[in-house]
Amino acid sequence: MSALFEVTNLKRSFGGLVVTNNVSLSMAPGDRVALIGPNGAGKTTFVNLVTGTLPPSSGEVRLGGETITRINAIGRVRRGLVRSFQVTRLFQDMTPAEHVGLAVLQRDGRAGRLFGNFLSMPDVMAEVSGLLEKLGLAELSHRKVSETAYGQQRLLEIALALALKPKVLLLDEPAAGVPQSDTGLIEQALDDLPKDLAVLMIEHDMDLVFRFAKRVIVLAGGSIIFDGLPADVTKDARVREAYLGSYANASHVA
Amino acid sequence: MTVAMNNETIINRPRSGALKWDLIGIIVIVVCAALGYVLFPDNLALLTRILAVALLVLSLDLVTGYCGVATLGHAALFGSGAYAAGILSAHFGINNPFLMTFGGIIAGAIAGLFCAVIMLRAHGLPQLVLSIALIYLFHEFANKASSWTGGSDGLAGIMPGPVFGLYEFDLFGHTAYFFGVALLLIVFVLLRILLRSPFGLLCRGIREDPLRIRAMGASPKTALVKMYVISGAVAGTGGALSAISTQVVALDALSFTQSAEALVMLVLGGTGSLFGAIAGTLIFMLFEDYVSAANPFHWLTMVGALLIAVVLFAPKGIYGTAVARFSRRGEGSQ
Repeated sequence: MSALFEVTNLKRSFGGLVVTNNVSLSMAPGDRVALIGPNGAGKTTFVNLVTGTLPPSSGEVRLGGETITRINAIGRVRRGLVRSFQVTRLFQDMTPAEHVGLAVLQRDGRAGRLFGNFLSMPDVMAEVSGLLEKLGLAELSHRKVSETAYGQQRLLEIALALALKPKVLLLDEPAAGVPQSDTGLIEQALDDLPKDLAVLMIEHDMDLVFRFAKRVIVLAGGSIIFDGLPADVTKDARVREAYLGSYANASHVA
Repeated sequence: MTVAMNNETIINRPRSGALKWDLIGIIVIVVCAALGYVLFPDNLALLTRILAVALLVLSLDLVTGYCGVATLGHAALFGSGAYAAGILSAHFGINNPFLMTFGGIIAGAIAGLFCAVIMLRAHGLPQLVLSIALIYLFHEFANKASSWTGGSDGLAGIMPGPVFGLYEFDLFGHTAYFFGVALLLIVFVLLRILLRSPFGLLCRGIREDPLRIRAMGASPKTALVKMYVISGAVAGTGGALSAISTQVVALDALSFTQSAEALVMLVLGGTGSLFGAIAGTLIFMLFEDYVSAANPFHWLTMVGALLIAVVLFAPKGIYGTAVARFSRRGEGSQ
């Protein structure tokens, strides 16, 4: 078992309500997996269990061979399990350069330094401008986030995650709320993610799912009902049933 | 229209000039200090008291303005510094003003650590209540430990020796005043360095979204405890200055009133800015002094009216609003 990221029989119940039921999956470096499911399928709970925001009732999460089930959210990030947020959670008063700079400093264990300015640290700035350039944000490096467009904020969200050099990246609806005109930028950014990074994307937009994912997992009623190739997902009877045949229009609904 | 101008004028360049602003800040403080010395030579005691309280308000700004922790018990840190400096002199005969200040810094930092460990277990309103509980406990402790603190009579017998062995703390308060100005300048420069350091950036992030900071792998709590210790050191410096310059420490130094007033001064000047903290202290204390002399019966009413006016019409504080107004005008004229 040399899986990079492994979830085994993960279970979580609130009182008598089982929200996540014996979910197991494993991912290898370079995987591009989409996690989909109708509303209330337990996707958010699953993300919270995996990232350590919520303790599971039972089951195990392993990263790079290490069991991280009892490690808190911060420890998991430090080990390389990084998430992005569905609704952008950025520091409105700070610039993209400051966001990425802080992430780089934090990753290197330098965020506690009481002196010096990262703007004059050549190694940090090289990485910051490299990442922002890659995501097409170089022009905005030193402008406040509150002055940038939503699509750009979503890109910054991805830059921020990448600055932490993750092994496994959980993208929570990276294109949610982005105007149609800007989705191309997000798609490009997703295509350009490091090749050895394992990516699990939670997404409603089926166009994006089919474009991005090499493997699709369908969650319904807290259980995995499908785990296979994107080409097969539309043919699966249980998936059709879960979505009541409406998923073909899901992108327009969302 | 101003927004459009804004987007065009801010080009792809870091907001530089930090050093320039450091220099301007230092010059402004020195000029104000010199003006105070020339204009109010008979009132140096008040000016020195303003300097000490400014250190308390700066310290409060670190946790409240920069990290978003609201507290009504911050004088606990200030008072600890004052008592430590006073006790060193009155009970141990350590009269070197630098050693006394150092004692105040250490005591303030320890008090900061203690308060942080208790307060940071809660958030929001419960946290505010904890801060009030803490200041009452500190106050009561100082009151009961009267053999050390003098209790409600105050701690007397503080006799700071001459600075560098040359400058006696004279009756007119010249030495105390210069000592205070020097302390404020040093603290100001150190805080400017601190606030643009990686740690300062981290704290700004924590104020805006602690959950985001966690998702970046940093612990907001650890950072806040650290900031509280630093804040305690700054408040302790102010406390020590107060003890050295007045040569007494009263229970007031550790009071809820002092804590609340510090918060009022900070809001008055503008949170999240060192200049705002200093300006708020200066304006509040000068106003208080002037109005209480002019009208001893209704001065509190006027202080209240000033506060209501500022909060309603200049919600960013006097300094914060002035800066916002000034920069908007600057853009419009370009």
